[in-house]
Amino acid sequence: MSTPSAERARKRSRWKRRFYNNRYLYLMAFPVLAYYVIFHYIPMAGTIIAFQDYVPIKGFLRSSFVGFKHFIDFFNGPYAWRVIRNTLLLNVYDIVFGFPLPILFALLINELRGKAFKKTVQTISYFPHFISLVVMCGIITDFSRTIGVFNSIAALFGAEPTNLLTVKEYFRPIFISTNIWKQLGWSSIIYLATLSGVDPTLYEAASMDGANRFRKILHVTLPALVPVIAIQLILRLGNILSQGFEKVILLYNPLTYETADVITSHVYRRGLEEMNYSYGAAVGLFNSVVNVIVLIAANTFSKRVVKQSLW
Amino acid sequence: MVEKRTAGDHIFDTFNVLLLSLFSILFLYPMVHVVMASFSEPRQIMNHVGILLWPDGFSLEGYKVVLGNPNILNGYLNTIFYVVAGTALNILLSSMGAYVLSSKEFPMKRTISIAIVFTMYFSGGMIPNFLLVRGLGMYNSRLAMLLPAAINTWNLIMMRTSFAAIPDSLAESARIDGANDFTILFRIIFPVAKATIAVMVLFYAVGHWNSWFNAMIYLQDREKYPLQLILREILISNSSSGNTVEAADEITNFLGQLIKYCTIVVSTLPVLCIYPFVQKYFMTGVMVGAIKE
Repeated sequence: MSTPSAERARKRSRWKRRFYNNRYLYLMAFPVLAYYVIFHYIPMAGTIIAFQDYVPIKGFLRSSFVGFKHFIDFFNGPYAWRVIRNTLLLNVYDIVFGFPLPILFALLINELRGKAFKKTVQTISYFPHFISLVVMCGIITDFSRTIGVFNSIAALFGAEPTNLLTVKEYFRPIFISTNIWKQLGWSSIIYLATLSGVDPTLYEAASMDGANRFRKILHVTLPALVPVIAIQLILRLGNILSQGFEKVILLYNPLTYETADVITSHVYRRGLEEMNYSYGAAVGLFNSVVNVIVLIAANTFSKRVVKQSLW
Repeated sequence: MVEKRTAGDHIFDTFNVLLLSLFSILFLYPMVHVVMASFSEPRQIMNHVGILLWPDGFSLEGYKVVLGNPNILNGYLNTIFYVVAGTALNILLSSMGAYVLSSKEFPMKRTISIAIVFTMYFSGGMIPNFLLVRGLGMYNSRLAMLLPAAINTWNLIMMRTSFAAIPDSLAESARIDGANDFTILFRIIFPVAKATIAVMVLFYAVGHWNSWFNAMIYLQDREKYPLQLILREILISNSSSGNTVEAADEITNFLGQLIKYCTIVVSTLPVLCIYPFVQKYFMTGVMVGAIKE
């Protein structure tokens, strides 16, 4: 029977020994944890300025608290509805059109018989992913000129040539279609990789049962993809309010703000360019919170319906 | 597998090949257009309408201006620095983090993992990040391009998954031989997880190469600008030299359109050259990411 203090001392020395034995492990962990604390958790704590009238000279500690003033300003201001609507619409359209296409693309590639052709199509399709966003937007700007490629295509359908990036009705179609161009091939890799792992005996069994090609796609190939599709969709929904703002900032201009300005570009202009730090932080915080809510909802839904979830 | 192919199969196959060929053309066309345009005669290309499959006239004027543009050269050098230093830091920190999170010995691994993954979905946002960088004295410093992006959590998780799949016995036998954790990570784990490391280098390097937003908000001096920020000025903000003062210059105005195409080619060339050699890793990369715990 040892006394409690002796017990504690032994525990402490065991802990010390363990710490000493793993000292290199702790040495490795230190910069990583420091990185997360400094560059992720401190900014999270920094969202406190959303509830203050933050003045840089006074700092976080001495700036006065104003409660929800900036949130109220945002929601009562003329831009809240515009930026929320644009963010949601751009992302919803991007999901509706951009999410199923890579799946379809992977199915078509999977049905190809010629190995060389298959490889070539894949290699070509990944390429746009590696074009930098700035270069891509440079090409879009060029193609949208009055005498650019987009206009010559539109002319085939009888449209009047204009600079497309100055017309607010065209912003969304251009934004979405070029997104698809950039990401279609790259997003299909994960589905192709999954398909290459499907047990070939499943197809043989289906053939035996007299299934034709389309039935095999429907009953063997697609079901094999469902778990991956579910996870990809949750991940995409988790970014619903934060994706694409860099591209918006590269492509929009005052003429298209009405359809192009999103929450984060609004934060950038009002918060950083006009230095309304507290207002920007408030709108940014609103954005982050809604993002997390959407992610949790999507994950819960997927867990119930297809038994797939991130956690 | 011998299979009877019906007429329907043949029609479908033909249609499929045609459709995918069309897709391939669409994927390639924009780059083809730009390359062809870059070799064209400046006045002709300025007034060219529509599709371009061959240079419209021929000249190398644009390339002469672009290659002689000090802003582009300087941007290139900066970007190379950001890519090399940034990726080295990324790999060092991510691999150490992945090693710690996949080791049996480290306490509270689960809590720490959750805390790390949480940052993928919730962040303080642009303004607090900006104020932090400024508060740390990194505003307008090259460090602002490296430290805030020192770890990509998604990549860290991918690395951890890959490290966790390596049998413990390897590390254990090295430890008995007196190896410490650093030796185990860099001498044992790295060679075994070679493919994953290669993919990580690729993803991080591409990320740094393409990054422009942090540079825009954190950097003030033009001599620290990465290539992408110079490109943005030339391609989108319509200053053909990437130097706002010279924007009204007669020669650059007349060459303006051509210069844009040449700039795109010059800035995308490294990607075009490396692409064929790295594309075999794409599938591996995505598969590593797809493994679920």
